[in-house]
Amino acid sequence: MPDHALPEARSEILPIDLTINGKQTRLNVAPWTTLLDLLRLDLGLTGTKKGCDHGQCGACTVLIDGVRVNSCLVLAVMKDGASVTTVEGLAKPDGTLHPLQDAFIEHDALQCGYCTPGQLCSAVGLMREGHAYTAPEIREHMSGNICRCGAYPNIVAAIEQVLAR
Amino acid sequence: MNRFSYARPDDLAEAVQASAAQAGNRVIAGGTNLIDLMKYNVERPAHLIDITRLPGLDRIEPTPNGGLRIGALVTNSTVAYDDRIAARYKLLASAILAGASPQLRNAATTGGNLLQRTRCYYFYDSATACNKREPGSGCPAIGGLNRIHAILGTSEHCIATHPSDMCVALAALAATVHVTGPTGDRAIPFADFHRLPGDRPDRDTTLEHGEIVTAVELPPESFTTHHTYLKLRDRLSYAFALVSVAAALDLDGDTVRTARIALGGVAHKPWRIPAAEDALSGQPATAESFARAAETLLSGAQGRGHNDFKIGLARQAILRALQQAAAGTPQSQTDKRIR
Repeated sequence: MPDHALPEARSEILPIDLTINGKQTRLNVAPWTTLLDLLRLDLGLTGTKKGCDHGQCGACTVLIDGVRVNSCLVLAVMKDGASVTTVEGLAKPDGTLHPLQDAFIEHDALQCGYCTPGQLCSAVGLMREGHAYTAPEIREHMSGNICRCGAYPNIVAAIEQVLAR
Repeated sequence: MNRFSYARPDDLAEAVQASAAQAGNRVIAGGTNLIDLMKYNVERPAHLIDITRLPGLDRIEPTPNGGLRIGALVTNSTVAYDDRIAARYKLLASAILAGASPQLRNAATTGGNLLQRTRCYYFYDSATACNKREPGSGCPAIGGLNRIHAILGTSEHCIATHPSDMCVALAALAATVHVTGPTGDRAIPFADFHRLPGDRPDRDTTLEHGEIVTAVELPPESFTTHHTYLKLRDRLSYAFALVSVAAALDLDGDTVRTARIALGGVAHKPWRIPAAEDALSGQPATAESFARAAETLLSGAQGRGHNDFKIGLARQAILRALQQAAAGTPQSQTDKRIR
């Protein structure tokens, strides 16, 4: 049983409103539920990955109100009223992929793919922040996303291509 | 993670009251360190007080004397990219960008950065003894794996380091920490905010029970031209400092008028020795002067085996940082080559 759903905790359940990938949702959460566990276990949005669960790998990166953060280090209850975008929300409703998703495919910017949802959300956040344009800047600003397969050169190339447009 | 209750107070007075109510209560803002510690069962709060929606703590405002007041809830990213800080307090912006990752900096707050705990492996591992986590249980880092540990200001009870980059710059800039608590407001000089371990390594700071950090104030003197933050670590990015140096100079031609030097990764708090800075005043900005400052800063440094290398590394880092600052060529946090 996931540890956030232990029965003795029922009295602590709190209602929150989240907009997840554009859809408004009323949820009841225990205060110790991380946003990552809420997304994966309660909502079935398993695109967001649990890598280290300690903010060291970036696999759980999502966008909260457009800002990239590690969802493993966020208590869902603290984000009442926020808008969350996960990898499932990057493509348009008609299925058209986000330009970064296309670029990752074109550049073969992954091997096993486990870090990819975090890499994509992080890259979306990077573009919105507007502090990285050159390859060395992209590398530094993507340093919060670890890829154990070592697809870094192709990840940087994919982001560089989209940024250049 | 243990079970806890949760509250979101409406104002600061209510937050202080809740913070002081019982020892197991914890204030939470960005959560990037506290939630991590809770996952390791190092922190087991009975009650979390979410201060992220308190009004007035999320702004950077000019002070009457020409400085800046950074609210405790302003994120590390917002501070680093604030126009006023990026233009004047470049040392602070640089130190922040040398630390953590963009995701963590987006969540972590100014107050939380000050209050983050050491990354000593033994502190994090609740299966081992640790005087900081469990007073009186012992310090396995002394005589154990201590490559990342302190060389200055240690005690027989603790050789942990303070992990922050931001705080090293704030020490060099001589910031002031504003706090509020059950007995009212206090302003704490940055040098007095963090403490050495002594026989109370469980206490990282001089905050009293129930007190909450409300702001960090930067004095007008910003050392905009001659500064650097030089950080040395095992990876080029996303790693804690083995040794870091925040250096700031005010020069009159080639002569030092004022010097500020703070070290990270070497002690339980950002390491600053005013005598080393005072001795540089009126001296030529040369390698010889800077080497003497390094000797004073590192006086009494003691390795514990694996971290012996830090003494020589710190000496060279201080020398290089002061040369970078004097030349007006601060260390790039993107191009990590050290020039």
